[in-house]
Parts: sequence; C-alpha cells; structure tokens
Amino acid sequence: MRSLKKIVLYILLIVSVIFMMFPIFYAFMISFMQGGEVLKGNLIPNSFTLENYKSAFEKVPLLQYLWNSFYVSTVVMVGQIIVSSLAAFAFVFISFKGRELIFFLFISTMMIPWEATMVPNFITIQKLGWLNSYSSLTIPFFALAFGTFLLRQQFKTIPKELYEASQVAGISRFRFFWNVVLPVSKTSLITLGIYSFLTTWNMYLWPLLVTNNESVRTVQIGLKQLQSQEISTEWGVVMAAVVVVILPTLILLFIGQKRLQSGLTQGAIK
Amino acid sequence: MSSLPDISSPSLKIKTNSRVKKSTLPNLLIGLLYLAPSIILFGLFLFYPMIRTLYLSFFLTDGQGVPITFVGLENFTYLLQSKSFQQSLKATVLFVLYTVPLGVVIALFLAVIANEKVKGIGFFRTMFSSTMGMSVAASSVIWMFMYNPAIGILNKLVTAIGGSEIQWLLDPKYALFSVAVSTIWMNTGFAFLILLGGLQNIDDYLYENAEIAGVSYWYKLRKITIPMLSPTLFFIITVSLINAFQTFGQIDILTKGGPVESTNVIVYSIYKDAFINYNVGSASAQATILFFCILFITILQFKLGERKVHYQ
Repeated sequence: MRSLKKIVLYILLIVSVIFMMFPIFYAFMISFMQGGEVLKGNLIPNSFTLENYKSAFEKVPLLQYLWNSFYVSTVVMVGQIIVSSLAAFAFVFISFKGRELIFFLFISTMMIPWEATMVPNFITIQKLGWLNSYSSLTIPFFALAFGTFLLRQQFKTIPKELYEASQVAGISRFRFFWNVVLPVSKTSLITLGIYSFLTTWNMYLWPLLVTNNESVRTVQIGLKQLQSQEISTEWGVVMAAVVVVILPTLILLFIGQKRLQSGLTQGAIK
Repeated sequence: MSSLPDISSPSLKIKTNSRVKKSTLPNLLIGLLYLAPSIILFGLFLFYPMIRTLYLSFFLTDGQGVPITFVGLENFTYLLQSKSFQQSLKATVLFVLYTVPLGVVIALFLAVIANEKVKGIGFFRTMFSSTMGMSVAASSVIWMFMYNPAIGILNKLVTAIGGSEIQWLLDPKYALFSVAVSTIWMNTGFAFLILLGGLQNIDDYLYENAEIAGVSYWYKLRKITIPMLSPTLFFIITVSLINAFQTFGQIDILTKGGPVESTNVIVYSIYKDAFINYNVGSASAQATILFFCILFITILQFKLGERKVHYQ
C-alpha cells in the first residue's frame, strides 16, 4: 500500500510538471529551431541552432533593453529595501503620537489599485519631465506597504531590551538601526529584495506608458515590440528573445524559492 | 540681541516643565523623519493621484487631463448606459469567474501533492513555482504562439483528436476563455508558493494523531488540511480576485481587447480611454469604479478573515 501510494504520487507529480513546464520547454525548443521547422509545427528541433539568438540581438537593441531592465530592477530593489526598512524601524522602535494613524494610512495604500491612479501619475511624470527617464520607472515604486509589513514583522522579533540597552549606552538610533537591526534581519531583507527584483523586472503597463524609445525602454516592452514586428514570420527569433528575458528571473527564483516562499507566507498570514 | 535669550529662556523652561515627557517632541520628529520617504512617495504617487482620479471622474476633460466642465455624475451615468462599458464589465466578471476558482483549485492541488515528504520533492516544488518568475509579456508571447491557429500546438492537439481548427484568439466565443487559460497558468506559481507555505505551517502532530486513529487520506484532507489552511486559502482567493480585476498585459499582447470587445476588461478599457481616445474624464470614472470594486473585495477579506481567525 505504501509503495502504491508513492507511485500514484510520483505519477501525479510528473504529469503536473509536464503540464506546468510545457510552455517554457516549448519556448526553449522553438528558440533553437530553424524557420521552416517552426512552421511545420515540430516539437523538438532536428538540430539546435543559435541563429535565432543572434538575430534577436540584431533586430532589436536587446542588450540595451536588458541593461535598462537590470538597472531599473536593481535601483527599485535597493530603494524599496531602504525606504521600507526605515519605515518599519519607526513603526517598531520609535513610539510617538499618531503612529497608529500613520500605520493605518500605510495599510490603506494596499486597497488602492495602482491602475486606478495611473492617469494622474502619468500626467505628474509628464509635468516633471520624467518621460523616457529612469526616474519614472524607479522612484514611484520605492515606497511599498508590503515591504514595510514584512520588515516590521521581522523587526518585532528583535528584543526591546536590546534597544533600550543601546540607548542607555548612548548609541544613536541610526547606528542601532544600521549596526544591529539590519544585520540580524538579513534574511527578510533578501526575501524582499528577490520579490522587488522579480516584480520590477516583470512590470509591464507602467513602462509601456512612460517609455517610447530604446534609451530606457525595458525588456518586456522590447518583447512586445519584437512580437508585433515579427508576428507569423520569425517565431524562432521571438522565442529566443523570450528565453533571454525569462532566464534571469527564473534563475533568481530557483535560487531564492525557499526564502521567497517563507517570506511571502509570513506576509500573507500575519 | 543679547537680551533675547534671557527673555525667552524662562518661558522655555516653563514649557518644558509643563510637558512631563521631555522626549515626546523629538520622538515624533525622528519618527516622522524615518517615515518621511514613504509618506512623501505614497502621498505623491498614490494618495494624490487617487484623489485626483476621483475628482476628474466628475469632469469633462481635455486630452491632457485638464478638467473643463463639471458634469457631476454624468460620466458614470453615461458609462453605465454605454454598451461598450457594459461589455467591459461583463468581460471582467466572466474573466474573474474563469480564472479565480479554477486557478485556486489547480494551485491547491499542486501544493497538496508537493507537500508530501518524498525524494526529489524539492525539484517539483521549484518547477511548480517557476511561473512566478515568468513575466506577463514573456508568458503571453509563448501562449500567443501556442494559440496560433496554423502552427500552434493547441490546434495540433485539437485536430489530432478529430476536432476542427479553432481561432482561439480571433473568435469572440473563445478569446476571453483563451486569455483566461494563459492567465491561470501565469498565476499558478505564486498561488502555489503561498499555499505550500500555508501547508507547511500546519503542525505535524495533527497528522500524527490522525495517523494513530487510522483515518483515511481523504478524511485528513477534508478535516485537517483544508480547515487549517483556510486563512491562507482565503488570502489567495482575495489576491486572485484583485489580480483578475487588474488584468492588462495578457490582454494587450494577446487580443488588444478584441475581437468585438469580448476581452475588453476594465483596466484595458481605462487604458484605451485615457491613452488612445484621450477621454480622461471617462477613464477616471472607470478607474473609480475599479477602485470601489477592489475596496469592496478587500473589506470583505478583512471582515471574513477576522471571523476565520476566531474559529481557528
């Protein structure tokens, strides 16, 4: 019975993996195919060619787009970690009148769908002269209620006595924050970092609105551009670009999956 | 000048004496200093635009979003009577119905089978969560190819089992459904990851006790796993609902709201009104409706979520 259960479980797992991974596998396979094979509807290429990758980089400035995405994602990641950890520190270690009210205000930001604010935001960005600049892709996303909560949860586990002792010893607040709170919260900070990077890298609607040339355009918009140019002709090239776009985040996810899972669960349940 | 401090110092002393807690004021200032970046950014890019959206929804505007005439609720009454917006609401609701229940059930199934402690399970967990790393743009492009009527795999399968070719994305009958299928796939990774985390938080001793009592697998699933998981399940249902209301990327790449507006969900409709038709007033009214829909779901989550915590 035991082993029968195991066999059934493995069958379910394997069938599920095939279903879940098929689209990604399919994209990989097509990216190595020659044009004719794609049109025949083959599943596995007769011979693997890297031609598609070469033309993907030639047809659109993919390298520039990759750099833009990487830069934007990294800046947002760092920005979110800094801004969220500062706020979380205040919510845990500095008690003052009105803190609860501000905290409530932070919670309420989660109820505002970002899409409901995009039109005025676009106008603001336009007025600031930030269209087609990195600022528009990064600065509006630095404050993150989810990140603040995640870190607040973590900071709360630091004993209050430690804080009081450091104050008695005359260590400044900021030094306590920098030398004690941040180092012991490394895991949560990394979780938040992975989450920030993933979500920023995958952002679509906002970059579509605020970028219209290759100098700052992100890789996701480049993909759309390539797809609408190349449709029905060169799917191999399009898929090569898809693979290039998904590899960084897939690798990041594979490395950070455990951390991300525990971090997100913490944020979800508490 | 030199007499100034002398005059002010006594009154200053009285002030500090009357306030017993000497550190209240600095604490407030320092607290606000730490919170300032968040408050300023939230204010500028979230609260202000939200209020602005509400405000603009009562106005006719020019193409730049400058209000021209106050029209009260006219934007809303016009929207509710417009065939196009009714279609957009219908598409949104249908899209929610297609994606949320099925998506949660699939993610739950994957989480349950990936929660068993067997050899190599880490590999399966990683694979199941992989769509979380897939962007909307990349996923949509892949699905676009799979839906391609001539060379995509789906029609190959359909014809292999004797069906006739389907225009997945061009036939109003299938388009929304097709977008929903790809969306379920995209969202599964995230939902799976959260649900797996929830499952792993359930105490092992509950299962050990059940094991001793000799109950069946299904009984354990129904009486332990699902009830203990209910807060997480509830959270993921809420997030899926909210996500479904905010769908944009897959629509933009796969169907552009067509055919005959069958996939013109609300965010796509806002985008079209604001950035293609330059009708900012109408777009703001739609954004306001979207806001209240999501507010309603979130309040529901808080209310029901609280009740869940009580009976646990």
